[in-house]
Amino acid sequence: MAEQKTEPMVQLLGADGAFAPTAAAEEFVPYFDKLTEADWKKFYRDMVVIRRFDAEAINLQRQGQLALWVPSHGQEGAQVGSAYGAAMHDHVFPAYREHAIAMIRGLDMVDLIKQFKGLSHGGWDFRNPELHNLHIYTLVIGSQALHATGYAMGIAFDGKYATGNRDKDEAVIVYFGDGATSQGDVSEAFVFAASYQTPQVFFIQNNHWAISVPVSVQARVPLYRRGEGFGIPGTQVDGNDVFASYAVTAKLMDDARSGRGPALIEAHTYRIGAHTSSDDPTKYRNESELDEWIAKDPISRLEAFLRDKGAENSFFEGVTEEAADFAADVRKRTLELTGLDPMQLFEKAYTEPHPRMREQSQWLAQYEASFGDDGGLA
Amino acid sequence: MTIENMPMVKAINAGLRAALAKDDRVLLMGEDIGTLGGVFRVTEGLKNEFGSNRVLDTPLAESAIVGTAIGLAMRGYRPVCEIQFDGFIYPAFDQITSQLAKMTSRHEGELPMPVVIRVPYGGHIGAVEHHQESNEAYFAHTAGLRLVSPSNPHDAYWMIQEAIESQDPVLFFEPKSRYWPKGDVNLSANDIPLHASRIARTGTDVTLIGHGAMVSVLLQAAEIAQEEGTSVEVVDLRSLSPVDYGPILDSVRKTGRAVVAQEAPQNVSLGSEIAATITERAFYSLEAPVVRVSGFDVPFPPAKLETIYLPDADRVLDAVDRVLSY
Repeated sequence: MAEQKTEPMVQLLGADGAFAPTAAAEEFVPYFDKLTEADWKKFYRDMVVIRRFDAEAINLQRQGQLALWVPSHGQEGAQVGSAYGAAMHDHVFPAYREHAIAMIRGLDMVDLIKQFKGLSHGGWDFRNPELHNLHIYTLVIGSQALHATGYAMGIAFDGKYATGNRDKDEAVIVYFGDGATSQGDVSEAFVFAASYQTPQVFFIQNNHWAISVPVSVQARVPLYRRGEGFGIPGTQVDGNDVFASYAVTAKLMDDARSGRGPALIEAHTYRIGAHTSSDDPTKYRNESELDEWIAKDPISRLEAFLRDKGAENSFFEGVTEEAADFAADVRKRTLELTGLDPMQLFEKAYTEPHPRMREQSQWLAQYEASFGDDGGLA
Repeated sequence: MTIENMPMVKAINAGLRAALAKDDRVLLMGEDIGTLGGVFRVTEGLKNEFGSNRVLDTPLAESAIVGTAIGLAMRGYRPVCEIQFDGFIYPAFDQITSQLAKMTSRHEGELPMPVVIRVPYGGHIGAVEHHQESNEAYFAHTAGLRLVSPSNPHDAYWMIQEAIESQDPVLFFEPKSRYWPKGDVNLSANDIPLHASRIARTGTDVTLIGHGAMVSVLLQAAEIAQEEGTSVEVVDLRSLSPVDYGPILDSVRKTGRAVVAQEAPQNVSLGSEIAATITERAFYSLEAPVVRVSGFDVPFPPAKLETIYLPDADRVLDAVDRVLSY
């Protein structure tokens, strides 16, 4: 069975949207208390916008504009909450479904779309100040856990943490899924993180399915406990509760920045859609499980909370409109994307000059030119 | 000019020390490289000198050594990883070929990846399995990586420093059977770029091509051939990817005959690639097919059979006879 024990779950919002912290949530409530109504509404807005964006990307894929899409529907609570839980000067290493996180860090979502349209293998640079240290997607499952850990080792060697200055101290958050926890690289990252006591949070989005394989095949013990044997404490959070995801991430990132070592978060969530646009989840999941998770939807839960706090219809209508505009803009600019210059294949493979790149690019240029004006790849 | 006579282990040690002293972003990481100084003592004394934040005795996990080196390079460090033995590199294969090699192109060519991976490679040391392999072809096949291999202490001293200064990832294959023979190292000046090949001996009748430990075998074969009246030119590749073909092709155009020798198995090997390239580019100069001398296409044998497996001067001379028979 896919479901696992959930007793120590940190939860602030019940499925009905009522504020009802569980016992495990107690130490995280102060982080929630610091949020303003404007923050609540920002969380709501981002979840709605990214869900609408996701739907538009599926449309674009179905219409032949994208080769593939990786839906994030259902995981908005875990993603938006944790994205705001990290500081903008922290470094973020996503897997490949973290669209909400990418948006919140400042990525132009058309740059993300390019990877799924066959126009890049990443396409952005975390050193661009506008991207707030957002690293590129990694498709080999779990490999980024080691890059994140190495980066966090660098922070430690630089002494850029535990100085007592919360605005300057740095930490790293790395995302991966329940399936990735079976990868050797993730376990090795736990070993190195524990050994060097890195300022780092491992954020597992347990969406319960690694394509067609349920989480029970990956782990017989709840995943928040996976770090214990490595010396990394774990916290289980309701990932469909955006406030809980925020509060847990914010506290553990603070802890990491202040030198308390690495921590692990298991966010319970669910992939409502397919693994990718090439997948057919009806072949391995049953409808009652899906219905159960739709009832725990992170957006409707926050909407109930906000309405209870007096949010007006006009707010919700405004967000819906904003999301539609956002999606329309992405669609428009996706349709305007043009091809690639084949010469960049050779220019980008190495940083420094390389004779084989020079020879092969010269050959290709001559070959292309031999067709005259009508031929060629470009 | 300062010339010191020293073995390759000391030369690499001195090169690493110079790099550590010159740039505080350089750090060494690997298994047993700190307190012990590495199983071959290449890093001996460096942890004491530079501290445990510059010379890291890492946990025992090759994929993590390379994977965290990538993250450190993203942070602006210049990590130099040691893989303890050639045959232990495979747990890191994904991190080397899918992550390290592609990280620059996946960042639109903008992100440097100054990571060096030192690999003690090759046979002649009578060791147990997985300790004597020549697995350079796997990595030479992967775009985004650079591969070099010194054959002597002088080159080792300078090449390790140049590899560390490279903005691209470099696999540094150290011929462990050549760790201890001494040679002169000119500590004052280097005379040749990292990715250049070098004529190790001039001759007129046949060109012998190889790298690392094979170069000393080729020079030995050349001596014997000289006594038999054949003038042999020896090219030390130094760089395995990219290969510096200029001096190779010039030599073959002069001699008309070429033998490529390597410890690695022959099938889909670096020697095969070089033979094909010579044939393609110097076809009208060739008086004979390019002949490869390689390890056999079997797993590296138990040590008592390694002298049968590894090409020696006699096997090279046999190939010289074959190219001269056309």
